[in-house]
Amino acid sequence: MSRTLSAPVTVAFDYTRSVGPVLGRFLTGLRDATFVGARTSDGRVVVPPPEFDPVTHAATTDFVDLPDTGTVTSWTWVSEPVAGQPFDRPFAFALVTLDGADAPFLHAVDVTSPEQISTGMRVRARWAAERSGQMTDVVFEPADAPDTDAPARATADDPVTGIVTPVHLDYTYAASPEESAFFRGLAEGRILGQRCPTCQKVYVPPRPACPTDGVPTVEEVELSDTGTVTTFCIVNVPFLGQKIAPPYVSAYILLDGADIALQHLILDIPVEEIRMGLRVKAVWKPREEWGTTIENISHFAPTGDPDAAYETYQHHL
Amino acid sequence: MAKMPAAVIGVGQTHHRAKREDVSMAGLCREAMDRALADAGMTLDEIDAIVVGKAPDLFEGVMMPELYLAEALGAAGKPLLRVHTAGSVGGSTAIVASSLVQSGVHRKVLTVAFEKQSESNAMWALSVPVPFVMPVHAGAGGYFAPHVRSYIRRSGAPTHIGAIVAAKDRTNALDNPYAHLREEKTVDAVLASQMLWDPIRYEETCPSSDGACALVIAAEDVAAASPNPAWIHGTVMRSEPTTAAERDQVNPQAGRDAAAALWKQAGITNPIEEIDAAEIYVPFSWFEPMWLENLGFAAEGAGWKLTEAGETARGGRIPVNCSGGVLSSNPIGASGMLRFGEAALQVRGAAGDHQVDGARRALGHAYGGGSQFFSMWVVGADKPTN
Amino acid sequence: MRDVAVVGFAQRQLQDYDGSPQCAEMLVPLFAECYEQTGWSKRDIGFWCSGSSDYLAGRSFSFVSAIDAIGVLPPVNESHVEMDAAWALYEAWLKIQTGEVDTALVFGFGKASAGVLRRTLALQLDPYTMTPLWPDTVSIAALQARLGLDAGLWDEAAMAEVVNRSLTDAEKNEYAVRSGGSSVEELLKRPMYADPLRKHDAAPVTDGAAAIVLAAGDRAREVRDRPAWITGLAHMTDGLQLGTRDLTRSASAGRAAAAAGAAAGGLGDVEVAELHAPFSHQELILRAELGLGADTRINPSGGALGGNPMFTGGGIRIGEAARRIWDGSADKTLGHATSGPALQQNLVCVMSSEGANN
Repeated sequence: MSRTLSAPVTVAFDYTRSVGPVLGRFLTGLRDATFVGARTSDGRVVVPPPEFDPVTHAATTDFVDLPDTGTVTSWTWVSEPVAGQPFDRPFAFALVTLDGADAPFLHAVDVTSPEQISTGMRVRARWAAERSGQMTDVVFEPADAPDTDAPARATADDPVTGIVTPVHLDYTYAASPEESAFFRGLAEGRILGQRCPTCQKVYVPPRPACPTDGVPTVEEVELSDTGTVTTFCIVNVPFLGQKIAPPYVSAYILLDGADIALQHLILDIPVEEIRMGLRVKAVWKPREEWGTTIENISHFAPTGDPDAAYETYQHHL
Repeated sequence: MAKMPAAVIGVGQTHHRAKREDVSMAGLCREAMDRALADAGMTLDEIDAIVVGKAPDLFEGVMMPELYLAEALGAAGKPLLRVHTAGSVGGSTAIVASSLVQSGVHRKVLTVAFEKQSESNAMWALSVPVPFVMPVHAGAGGYFAPHVRSYIRRSGAPTHIGAIVAAKDRTNALDNPYAHLREEKTVDAVLASQMLWDPIRYEETCPSSDGACALVIAAEDVAAASPNPAWIHGTVMRSEPTTAAERDQVNPQAGRDAAAALWKQAGITNPIEEIDAAEIYVPFSWFEPMWLENLGFAAEGAGWKLTEAGETARGGRIPVNCSGGVLSSNPIGASGMLRFGEAALQVRGAAGDHQVDGARRALGHAYGGGSQFFSMWVVGADKPTN
Repeated sequence: MRDVAVVGFAQRQLQDYDGSPQCAEMLVPLFAECYEQTGWSKRDIGFWCSGSSDYLAGRSFSFVSAIDAIGVLPPVNESHVEMDAAWALYEAWLKIQTGEVDTALVFGFGKASAGVLRRTLALQLDPYTMTPLWPDTVSIAALQARLGLDAGLWDEAAMAEVVNRSLTDAEKNEYAVRSGGSSVEELLKRPMYADPLRKHDAAPVTDGAAAIVLAAGDRAREVRDRPAWITGLAHMTDGLQLGTRDLTRSASAGRAAAAAGAAAGGLGDVEVAELHAPFSHQELILRAELGLGADTRINPSGGALGGNPMFTGGGIRIGEAARRIWDGSADKTLGHATSGPALQQNLVCVMSSEGANN
């Protein structure tokens, strides 16, 4: 068994990028099936145009329309494409120097084997029928490939001022070994803290490094599922990716026997009656729904006992 | 060994907005940089090194954006550093830039901090769920609201104190042409706004902004040519854990330690009398009284009394956030540098309509993470003697 | 300038780290090793600075809980760069140069295996004109390699020689995640992966962490008989765009080397150089740019081709070069770090058995 528990995590957002005047000119060109480069102060024609001149640092203003034919300056064979690349089967990335340009740029070339591409090879753009003003509106193909239809006319006249860039990344998240022991304990209905060998404080969840002493917590301490609300907030705000529908009460709960509070939900009590010092007890989900997660505890609910005295938790605020 | 003297001779910032749809990230940074360079009477080519600061890369969806920005920022062929210390980053970045001069390594350093939050959504970027853990997190407001409640309990502050701060800072922003939210606010209007993260109301919350701030920091001989250098009298950074057994989350030790070290460096024994203007990182209104105590402007539990008595207004004993502060503009990565830069503007007599008359020494302050990373500086109109 | 030396170094390199992406549990024993080497405790450390990446870990503020490994109550003087640990070392060196502190502990960490590294690194590119195509980092290095091959600046045999020497040397490095030399002929028989690169031309995906201790003057001398005095330290960047810089060179590496070398009395007499070259041909570029002598021993550790933990690989090169001073096997060494696509950003750290002010 791995010493850690792991689970997939996806970090995904469709980023909305405003592009500014220079990149806007270039991307508008792509939408209209034209490459727009710029003449830089050293006399070179560069595409995509740099937003600011590399020598004078002034904003780029001298734009040049370029043909959609060019030459492969360098290339590589992508034998195992990754998600999001222009092709989902092996293809070539190349540095392509457009005719009339002095510097190449990176793009994909539609060839099906590395034998079909070479440095110096002539290529031409193949425009997508539907274009939005993105690098993905075009790929390159060998200049001697059969002619495809002329690009469809762009649908819009207004300049491109922004693009949407989806960024979707998949990770495997692993909890530390100490936290993993805690989550495995929860799968058995137990709340397992650990004591720091130096400061003797009981941490729940246990920690790979006691934040005071920099050593792992070690000695296992089984904790009660009853505790005290130290402080809390009522979340009324909806937001993207939220897992619990607002309004809800997010509380710090100091479990009896622990030296640090745990964050969880409070339910089964009117929101306006929740208070610091409230005594609460875990409400567990049905056992058949348990996993290695704190979500085995559905929420905490009042025990009905008198509130804890302020002195008992004031050092946990 | 004493540090080499260094001074801020140029300050620039963008017009902060919810969405700066007219510019790219490079354009946003250059807007602030070009203003700072013009202020310093310098060109980009004269700059020895560039230090970039920014909060999490997930905000813009670019990993280490300073790499792609290098050429647009004029950093190609120069040293380029990228600092990231959570919300305190703008301040930390200014301190790293200062150390390039204070160590004697460089004489003219440009530092820029930015955030283009409209590229994504800050609540999302700060609340990506962690497996196995209870998904109760709700952005920065959700994080800080329980600690604000703890402050109110510990200090016995009346519940309208937060609204006084918000009304003051939002109204102050009317005198700052760069501020994002520029609107006159009354305490009643703040109190009438929706509870977002109880006890934090909508109008007590910072906005999400696109913006950048840049500073030119120069060595003694270069600064001597400036008509109004802001001399750096002290810099400090301190960190502590997000969570720890019995950690004080209302009045964190890292902030107290940092302030004590800062006042000592700057030769200040009575901060409230010796500091003329303070730019303190207050993203949620209640952090004004909390940080007044943490910084030593007031005794523990008494910060709210300064706020309530109007002593943090522009004419008060310790004017706080005359620029409108984080409550009026919050491009997260730049927010700390804006505090540092606004402090410099005050002692340079260059703060325009929000100038504190005769300000000679000012505090710039930033914090980040779970109230755990602190960066601060004191700048002064006079060259330090220590 | 104050005399500042590298006096402590600890590292871990792993293929698939069975731990959290925040790596606190990996850092705890590394700090312990540093304390053992120096005889110090955390209270002797004046400044802490780390390097790591949120996108490597897959979450915002991934560095925040790493500082727990220090034990940060009472609070510490601490900073973080979203860069390789080598640049964290630079920030710490600056802090010591200002006179604010005399000692620092620098660290880097990263769990590259948490995601698909070569794809994640596409987020380092121009977000408007490059990332939408998701160019993976191996493809970009391959475009660079071919430019040099086509120009006759190097050939496949030279690349294979770099690989063979590195993997042979890595056999003696207990931390290497890949090792085992063979021969140039055998290596060239292996299939292409990203033509003209074979898999062995690219550094393996590596998890890991490293910690380095810096100290000024007498604090360094109290730790070691032969501290690795930093006599030259400089870093530079180029622009990122692939079309407008000469990819067969690394101008920023050359400039950093010139600046560090000028302070350190030249680089021609460097005995050992640890170069951070995640791809075989990049070592060839760096050797040309740095102006090292013909008899400089390159990467006795096996270099990045034997293991390249992201955000630590550069720091490890400095630590490895420092070790050669400590053990008396060299009097002048060099550690190099790179960052960004195709050797965009570079740092050079020259170390010597004698400090400039000794």
